[in-house]
Amino acid sequence: MDLGQDRPQVAAEARNLSPIVPRASIAGRALVAVVAIMTFLASITTGAVLLVSASAAEWQSEVASEITVQVRPLAGRDLDRDSAAVSEAVRTQPGITGVQPYTKEESAKLLEPWLGSGLSLDDLPVPRVIIARVSPGSPLDLVQLRSRVAAITPSASVDDHRAWIERMRSMTGATTFSGLAILALVIAATIISVSFATRGAMAANRPIVEVLHFVGAGDRYIANRFFRHFLRLGLEGGIIGGGAAMLVFGFSESIANWFSGTPVGDQFAALLGTFALRPTGYLILAVQAGLIAAITAWASRRTLLATLDDIE
Amino acid sequence: MVRFENVGLRYGLGPEILRDLSFEIPAHSFQFLTGPSGAGKTSLLRLLFLSMRPTRGLVNLFDRDVSLLSKDEIADMRKRIGIVLQDFRLLDHMTTYENVALPFRVIGRDESSYRKEVIDLLKWVGLGERMDALPPVLSGGEKQRAAIARAVISRPLLLLADEPTGNVDPTLGRRLLLLFVELNRSGTAVIIATHDIALMDQYDARRLVLHQGRLHIYE
Repeated sequence: MDLGQDRPQVAAEARNLSPIVPRASIAGRALVAVVAIMTFLASITTGAVLLVSASAAEWQSEVASEITVQVRPLAGRDLDRDSAAVSEAVRTQPGITGVQPYTKEESAKLLEPWLGSGLSLDDLPVPRVIIARVSPGSPLDLVQLRSRVAAITPSASVDDHRAWIERMRSMTGATTFSGLAILALVIAATIISVSFATRGAMAANRPIVEVLHFVGAGDRYIANRFFRHFLRLGLEGGIIGGGAAMLVFGFSESIANWFSGTPVGDQFAALLGTFALRPTGYLILAVQAGLIAAITAWASRRTLLATLDDIE
Repeated sequence: MVRFENVGLRYGLGPEILRDLSFEIPAHSFQFLTGPSGAGKTSLLRLLFLSMRPTRGLVNLFDRDVSLLSKDEIADMRKRIGIVLQDFRLLDHMTTYENVALPFRVIGRDESSYRKEVIDLLKWVGLGERMDALPPVLSGGEKQRAAIARAVISRPLLLLADEPTGNVDPTLGRRLLLLFVELNRSGTAVIIATHDIALMDQYDARRLVLHQGRLHIYE
């Protein structure tokens, strides 16, 4: 365009341009709070599942590395002699690394919490227990061991704790399943919240979207202007929520120590160990927080493009 | 450049407000679009700007049938069209300078590459002192000039203006008309919708007159 003599000669200076979509026009704080809370809940759930799984795995490996042989008293048989013979048979079985037979006194000690002290066990049919440690890696022929033990006395039985391990497995599976279900709910709630927030932001900024359409901006360009805000909000929420959850797990060991010695503290310690998350656990929580931020960004982008389709 | 064949437009189930429009807008041409209030001038401009689709008929723009265009293709086509609307549509959180520079920003040009061009144009439309002001503090006339500057800054192939001198005094109105004429001389086809007879009398150009939904052309 020729502006002739009216063309002004001005010094051009660099300018700081305002963002096309102003940050203040998006209800950011509420969305950051929602994403932070959701990330926190998801992280606590995942952390708890990791703790339970780790403790259960520890229990399982401990229980699986032992077998228990029970010798029940039978009329007309010498229980001490049967126990000693069974112990010897177990000791010589390939795959067994050690045997610990419980004496009458030790068995009485085991029953003391239920029956009290100073009680004579002579009149009670209390079985003898023999604990045998299984060598890890070498297969133990349980069928052969059972037949050898049965040959010594018909009142002996071998327990490889399979029922216990199965129960433990189902408990761990149920915990993991519940954790995954909670995670799925948290993620669904996050997606719904983000979609609502995005629609709200789009409605508030509809005049901007229309003007951008007027000057020839495509939907992808416009979506990207909004997307940047939502990605940052998602990251902020993810960092706050994930960070808070990591702090909780970081301090949980100290908190557990305050309760040690109390019945509640001991029960928790027995179930969940020291309450301490391993480094890989923290890594998983960090990845999860990033994932929730990414889900936030994806949900907002999906809503943005769907909403832009309706604006001429 | 623009070809309408038997185009009709109705809103919902109402009567046709534009009927059997058949006309062409050649490249580099200049025309006024006029008619009484409610005759359908703004609706015709919206059809030309692709923000509405006709109820019937064929609209051909830049040798493309607009009914076959995707949303992305419409966005690309709008980069070649400038529009000035009666309600200005300036972004309140951006300065006058930023509003006028928006078409360049959208196509990804670096600010230093268009800075001088934008400042020159703002001076030309009399907004040199107001380039850092936000639209809420501009007068109606200033907003109108900013909207015109934004529409012409990228030198579109087709310029559509809806009552572009409605809020300015006669002297500035003549100056803005001169801007449109200059733009037309540099190759832009211009359509100015107005019912300002005095404005049309200042420049001898083709007149498209809308009356009762039909178009009459006076060469």
